[in-house]
Amino acid sequence: MFDKYLIDAATLRNTGPADAPTGFAFEARLGYYRGLGLSMVEKLDVSIDGAALPREAVRFDEGKGPLSLDEMEVAYDRRWPFGAPATILVDHAGGFPEGEHELSLLQQLRVSYLPFPSINSDAKRVSLAG
Amino acid sequence: MSKIQRGVSLYSFQEEMFLGQMSVEDCIAFGASIGATGIEILPEQNMPAFPHIDDAEVARWHEMLARHGAHFTCYDMFLDTKLRKGELISDAEQVESIRRDLVLCNRLGIRNMRVLVFVRPDILAQCVPYAEELDVHMGVEVHAPWHLEHAWILRTIEEADRLGTKHLGILPDMGIFMKHYPPEFRARFERQGARPEVTQFIVDQHEQKIMCEYTIYEVAVKMGGNKAEIAMAETLRHAPYANPRRIGDYAPYFRHIQAKFYGMTEDCTDPTIAYDEVIPELVKCGWEGTLSSEYEGNRWIQDVSPVDSREQVRRQHVMFERLIAKADAEREIA
Repeated sequence: MFDKYLIDAATLRNTGPADAPTGFAFEARLGYYRGLGLSMVEKLDVSIDGAALPREAVRFDEGKGPLSLDEMEVAYDRRWPFGAPATILVDHAGGFPEGEHELSLLQQLRVSYLPFPSINSDAKRVSLAG
Repeated sequence: MSKIQRGVSLYSFQEEMFLGQMSVEDCIAFGASIGATGIEILPEQNMPAFPHIDDAEVARWHEMLARHGAHFTCYDMFLDTKLRKGELISDAEQVESIRRDLVLCNRLGIRNMRVLVFVRPDILAQCVPYAEELDVHMGVEVHAPWHLEHAWILRTIEEADRLGTKHLGILPDMGIFMKHYPPEFRARFERQGARPEVTQFIVDQHEQKIMCEYTIYEVAVKMGGNKAEIAMAETLRHAPYANPRRIGDYAPYFRHIQAKFYGMTEDCTDPTIAYDEVIPELVKCGWEGTLSSEYEGNRWIQDVSPVDSREQVRRQHVMFERLIAKADAEREIA
């Protein structure tokens, strides 16, 4: 219902030392009309130009400190509020590749009343701000 | 004169709220400005600190409503049975979660709680003592593809009768009265590659109320439908047109209505949901409650045009006023 708004392209930045970035980060919103407990976020798949990055490379931080996706699955006391940006941190040697690339994010949510997983995805052509 | 009241669910403004273009107060102020003074909330959407809501926040909400001459009508609960991976929470945990919502609902001074349709009737039966003590009506959302006389819905009504309680019942979502196929759906599927002759076929089939599986098979197999065409045909599984004439039979079990809609025309008519048949039935049976706007058109148009939820809700309320006045007048003549 909010797929096209998941990735906030303007927030893309490298992480780690400026001269030797170890990854990149961006802000994302939850593609759902309410907030959700973090334990019900099953996947946050990040891809660059269609190539999926490993699950272990992705961490999430809604403001209370970064979690691996496995840690997120048992974070029963934390929530991703409706419409609120959270930081997606990705370990990626060298940072985000130079120039414009397609960054995509797929969210798989365990929504209790749905018989199937809820899958939301967004893909945007992005580049690091000069 | 009809005792139907008008209100709006904050769900209606999800596009603008999600994007930070409207605050909850903007939504309440707008509702009040068009006479939709009854406010339905989704605490898990509208209260970022949920479920830890302190008394100061409760007071802030009441002050905000008072500033605009508005009042609460309904609390939309959720139940995370799939909180943990690979297992459902226990029955006791389900009851406790619902009790938590009943308590918060009561603290907010709200007397109607929308219960998700998938919640088991026997779980709700266990919650009835709490609902009675806290004076909150638990209304199971009758949401398409369920409908008023679906066997699953009847189980809740049987529980309410068996317990002799006024605090368990239903809460109809007007999506169950989809008389005509939504033009917003059709247009979206055409933008995704559905051929107009196929979308016309699907609309015609729906118009004739042909059972959906015939249409899905025709489109998917006989017409060699593409992905968008098959997806459109499959929406028919969620497009029931329940009989509005049965509303009076079930009216004692509901106190609030989610007035679902997907889009209003410029002359303030709903091309899809049969409000022109529903509202006279509500007036006829003397139903007292709130028609609470639930605009759900944003997701069907946001790929091509800006969403203006305020204008859509405003048009729906022009229609409500017109249809209620007309039904009142006809009743007086009769």
